[in-house]
Amino acid sequence: MKPLTFTLRQRPAERLDLSPLVPHLLAGKTAAQIERIELQTTRVRVDVGEIFRVRVGDAEQIRIEDACDRFDHVGQAMTGGDIVVDGDVGIQAGRLMAGGRLTLRGNAGPWAAAGIKAGVIEILGAAGDRLGGPLAGEMAGMRGGVVVVRGSAGERAGDRMRRGTIIIEGEAGAHAGSRMIAGTLVVGQKAGPLPGFLMKRGTIVLGAGCSAMSPTFVDCGQHDLLAMRLLAGLIDPYSRHAAALLRRRLQRFAGDMAVLGKGEIFIGNRN
Amino acid sequence: MRVLTVKGVRIDDTFAEAFGMRATALIITADTARWARQAALNMTGFATSVIGCGCEAGIDCELTAKQTPDGRPGVRVLLFAVSTAELQKQLQSRVGQSVLTSPGSACYAGIEGEEALRLGNGLRYFGDGWQISKRFGAKHFWRIPVMDGEFVCEATTGLTKKAVGGGNLLILGRTSKTTRAAAEAAAAAIAKVPDVIAPFPGGIVRSGSKVGSKYKGAPASTNDAYCPTLRGVVKTSLDADTGAALEIVIDGLTSDAVAAAMRAGIAAIIKLGPKRGATRISAGNYGGKLGPHHYHLRDLVP
Repeated sequence: MKPLTFTLRQRPAERLDLSPLVPHLLAGKTAAQIERIELQTTRVRVDVGEIFRVRVGDAEQIRIEDACDRFDHVGQAMTGGDIVVDGDVGIQAGRLMAGGRLTLRGNAGPWAAAGIKAGVIEILGAAGDRLGGPLAGEMAGMRGGVVVVRGSAGERAGDRMRRGTIIIEGEAGAHAGSRMIAGTLVVGQKAGPLPGFLMKRGTIVLGAGCSAMSPTFVDCGQHDLLAMRLLAGLIDPYSRHAAALLRRRLQRFAGDMAVLGKGEIFIGNRN
Repeated sequence: MRVLTVKGVRIDDTFAEAFGMRATALIITADTARWARQAALNMTGFATSVIGCGCEAGIDCELTAKQTPDGRPGVRVLLFAVSTAELQKQLQSRVGQSVLTSPGSACYAGIEGEEALRLGNGLRYFGDGWQISKRFGAKHFWRIPVMDGEFVCEATTGLTKKAVGGGNLLILGRTSKTTRAAAEAAAAAIAKVPDVIAPFPGGIVRSGSKVGSKYKGAPASTNDAYCPTLRGVVKTSLDADTGAALEIVIDGLTSDAVAAAMRAGIAAIIKLGPKRGATRISAGNYGGKLGPHHYHLRDLVP
């Protein structure tokens, strides 16, 4: 069966909330019903039909073509199925996702994968700040699932992450893995200053070190840990690059000693 | 009793009677095959019979580096007990004392079962607060800091309630030497069958037992009907030419696995023949009233 496809007619005049366009909310709807769904974020009403040309198909496979950075909440709270987006998206893509697969063939704005619980998000471009992180007032960020960013990520990637795995194949901004509660964050290239800032538990792996390490992390020496090789085998289907990094001999730092100190940062190449 | 003779080996028209058990499986890995085997041997030591050891355990097979979760050589171990609680207790203490302690070891679930048994979820407390939980998808591991690095252990393993314990073969020969040769051939053949173990030393037991005793408090005692020195004294099950009897006890994750193991054992004994090996094969049962699984020897002859 062909996918359910949304093709952009013209760039919207306002930011749009695309959270209704997820498989479980579109299942069983006709084209006419889908075209009447409201997407506006201002007082001006905007329906799907005004923004997109809709080609009906399997609601389990959604394609959004010619996306733009005014599309917010893409794939929000999706529970299953498959969404592929061609182009950039705005804030909070894949927020609170609970299953399925979201592929963004472009860049994502801030708070991509915010609070994701399960499922897989792949961002072929770059991710904005606070990847996977909590919104203001939330106690925890990412709680499960896998997030793969082929490009780089902004500041505070994995903020307050509780469980799950983030793989950033490029660089990460300042404070990667800040306030981590647990979980795994792999950065293929270099990270900005102070990775793991105030992390309690969890694992951060940096392929090419960071621009400045917090003095509240202590050196535990070089290790070739079985757990990292085991993890390498599990993440290999998502990122060969990250898996190869985990199989290297790694320098372990424990911290953040300013808080609980049960987290760890592994560095592949000390600069 | 009608007797079937195949290539000179007499096969009694009887059956082995076996019981339902709870079982689990583990994969133990180490840096080398030698150390994986060492940990498995220690863990499955003193696990011949549920009566005295709490569980019956043994090595199912050796695994190559490609067959294990962490890409190192390993061993698959099976553990059988009469109740879930006892199996959990034995698993915990045996992995804790024999696998956790073995250099470079790691331990993973070896079976997916309908229920889960605690593995790393219990052992993690050895980490004294320094243990690290790692989850990826449905997989959950514990990393426990130890003196040679970290002990990696899967959080849980599976439990099966379809396991069968007590499949058996009685092997009778002219001398103890030829009888042992036949039992060794059968044990070697059974070792190659997947999902089964023969928990006694080298897979073979020489002190088969009967239920009950003349002494109070002893639940089992020597199987006098099969003791060659008591022929003539007691009601014997031995033939005039029998000089020794040995038994192989088989536990399997499924009834089919036990049947396959008995079939392989019988075939190996027949192949060796009556001159160098056994003259007769029989099996132990309790009249068919106690155990739900019956394995008739005539159905298992090749």
